[in-house]
Order: sequence, then structure tokens, then C-alpha cells
Amino acid sequence: MRVEITVNGSRQEDEIEPRLLLVHYLREVCGLRAANVGCDTTSCGACTVLLDGTSVKSCTVLAAQASGHAVTTAEGLSGPDGELHPVQQAFRQEHGLQCGFCTPGMVMATVGLLAENPQPTEQEVREGLEGNFCRCTGYHNIVRAVLSAAGELSAAGDR
Amino acid sequence: MIPSPFEYVSAGSADEAVELLRRHGDDAKLLAGGHSLLPMMKVRLAAPSVLIDVGSIPSLSYVRAVDGELAIGAATTHQTVATSPEVRSQVPLLAWSAGLVGDPQVRHRGTIGGSLAHADPAADLPMALSAVDGRVVVLGPSGQREISADEFFVGYFETALAPDEMIVEVRMPVRPGRPWGYQKFTRRANDWAIVGVAAVDGRVALANMGPAPVRAVSTEQALAAGAGATEAARLAAEESDPAEDMHADAAYRRHLAQVLTKRALISAGVPA
Repeated sequence: MRVEITVNGSRQEDEIEPRLLLVHYLREVCGLRAANVGCDTTSCGACTVLLDGTSVKSCTVLAAQASGHAVTTAEGLSGPDGELHPVQQAFRQEHGLQCGFCTPGMVMATVGLLAENPQPTEQEVREGLEGNFCRCTGYHNIVRAVLSAAGELSAAGDR
Repeated sequence: MIPSPFEYVSAGSADEAVELLRRHGDDAKLLAGGHSLLPMMKVRLAAPSVLIDVGSIPSLSYVRAVDGELAIGAATTHQTVATSPEVRSQVPLLAWSAGLVGDPQVRHRGTIGGSLAHADPAADLPMALSAVDGRVVVLGPSGQREISADEFFVGYFETALAPDEMIVEVRMPVRPGRPWGYQKFTRRANDWAIVGVAAVDGRVALANMGPAPVRAVSTEQALAAGAGATEAARLAAEESDPAEDMHADAAYRRHLAQVLTKRALISAGVPA
């Protein structure tokens, strides 16, 4: 079947099998490897991307369901000359990662969370990221990074 | 994990979806958010040959007041139900319940109609709908009919839906300002309830205490006769037929049902 998906701002048309999962479409058809296949059972969040701006687990969305919609992966966050998105910058600054496998999903879930709730409390950050597992258990720095990014983004909004 | 091959059709309207269901019969499954169906297809517990996508039908996603009741479109996401000011003020138990489904990403995709049609007895929304005395509006080839929550859930993952019917709306009486109670006992975050209890206005429904959501009728009758929460909750498991699994045996589930019902009733304003 034919799908038409806007991936990181550019419109793509592809012929795919209906059973192709969005995460495999992104990784294998688009060559975008940020979204990882972790648990493959809608639990770990390593495959989190934005679908029309809200966070979803791309292992549990068909590429067909994304047809006519816009998908953003971690590759689509950085600016044209490669400068990091404030959320990426905050994860780097606060060392919000250890092995890095969960990081693209954590970053995308964070971007989605801050779009819904720009000034979350620490508790809201923890609840907002409950769908993302860090098997290195580096949660404290991840939460610090999200709070720091929230501060940075709202300060930028005020400027 | 890759699902078995299937044909994918996107329905533009509920009528079209019903027509497609009629044409494809038992081989077809409706796909809304896909957060119950796709995981089952990936492990090949389900292998429909046709998927009819109803997730992008705009007229199936809404929250509105109708005839003094609350009406929610079948393809409305858990996130929308959980955060809608209307649901939160008119039927707060349902909003709370929707906010406990899965995690944020799951709630962005999963829908109220999909969760009810999936009919997992351990899930939040079937129990919540039973507690608030809700019903589903179902569309089939010969038109619409309404089914009360208690008649809709027939058994494990089984509903009163005919193969060519779909849920188009969920309706319930509004209960603004009424105290309510909700207890969900889980072993880890994001999990299904080992036992769940939802209580409001003298109604008590249980999750994972049988093949379908269970109304704790003996507890309700005791409440109607003036019993307090402690006394009424002792009867909470009377109508139950809980399964045994790695989390709990039947006796432990019955015990949990009593303890959690007491807590839910106290939250719902019943004197201890």
C-alpha cells in the first residue's frame, strides 16, 4: 500500500506492506536510527517518537496509521546547522544518560511532555516519563535534565 | 515481532466501517488506537486478515453533554478523556480511570471504545463504565442500539457486540460533585490491576475478580440498607469468581476485594 508521511518536516511517499510498524518504517525505509526497538511490547519507550506532536510508541503504531500525519524523531530535533535542541542540550548538560539506549525515547517523551505541561513539577516529570525505562536506572539525572530543559525553554519563551 | 500479513482499509465514517465489517465478516477487526490489538497481533494471538482503521474518523472523537448525560465518541483517546474539563467535572471517576491506563504514550493512542471492545476484565475502563452505570451505543447494519455496561461484558475478552457491529459512543449519567472511590492494586507501575474497585453513588464494580467486570451486588444492597463501609465491604467478593495467576490466588483476590472496597467506599463518602 502507499503511505504519505511527513518525516522530520519532509513529505515522503512510500510503498509499504500494511503490517510494517512505524519504528521499522523509520529505521529501515527512512534510515533514521534514533528510535530504538527495545522491548517491542509497548512497555519500555525506547521507540518513542512524536506523531503530530504527541509522544507515541512507534513499535505499536502501523506506518499505515501514520499516513497523512507528521512524525518527528530525535534526528528532527536539532537545528539546521546541527545545534542541539534545548532538551538534548539539557540531557547532555545534566548527564541524563548512561548507556544511551533509552535516550532518544526519553528525549522525545520529554519534548512531548513539555509541550503538554511546560512547567512540570518533579513529580509530574516522573509520572510523565513513566512510559520510558532506563535499564541503567539513571533516572535522577534524567529528571534533572527535564526540569532544566523546562526552565530553559520557558525562559526562552519569556525572552 | 511482526504481525501476520493483513489487508488494511481506512474507513471514512462509522457507516462505512460497518459496511466493511459486514463484507469481511469474522476475518476483519476494527483498529482504533491499536494499543490492545496490535500487541496481540505482534505475538500472533490475533491474526485478522483485514484491519479496518476507524482511528481517524473525526466524527468519532468528542466529549459532549447530551440530554443531561455525558457522551464520549468511541475513538476519543484516554488522554482526552482523562484531561477533558467536562469529564473531570461531570464524571470524575471516569476521567481518573482513563488517566490510569498504561502510560502517557499509550493514553495518546488508546481509545475508550477500543478498550471497552477489547473487554479485558483486568482493565480500568470496563470496571469504571460499570460503576458509573454507563452504556455503549453500538452501530450495526440495521442501525443503532444501546447496551448497558453490565450486559455488554459477557466474558473474558468477550462482549455483546455482533461481528458486524461497532461501538460509536459511550454514554453515562453525570455525577458532578458526587464523592467517588477508585482503588487499583498493582505489583508495578503501569500494570493491570491485580484487583480494582470503583465506587460511586452506592454502586460498586470490581476489576479482575471474574471473566468480566463484577458488580458487588451484596455490597450495594448492604449500602442501600444503611450499612457502613466496613460492614458492606465484607460482602464485596460474594458475586466474584476470581482466577488464579502468578500474581494472586483466588483467596488473596477475595481478601483484596474486601480491603480495597472498604477504602473505595470511604473515599466515596460512606461512613466507616
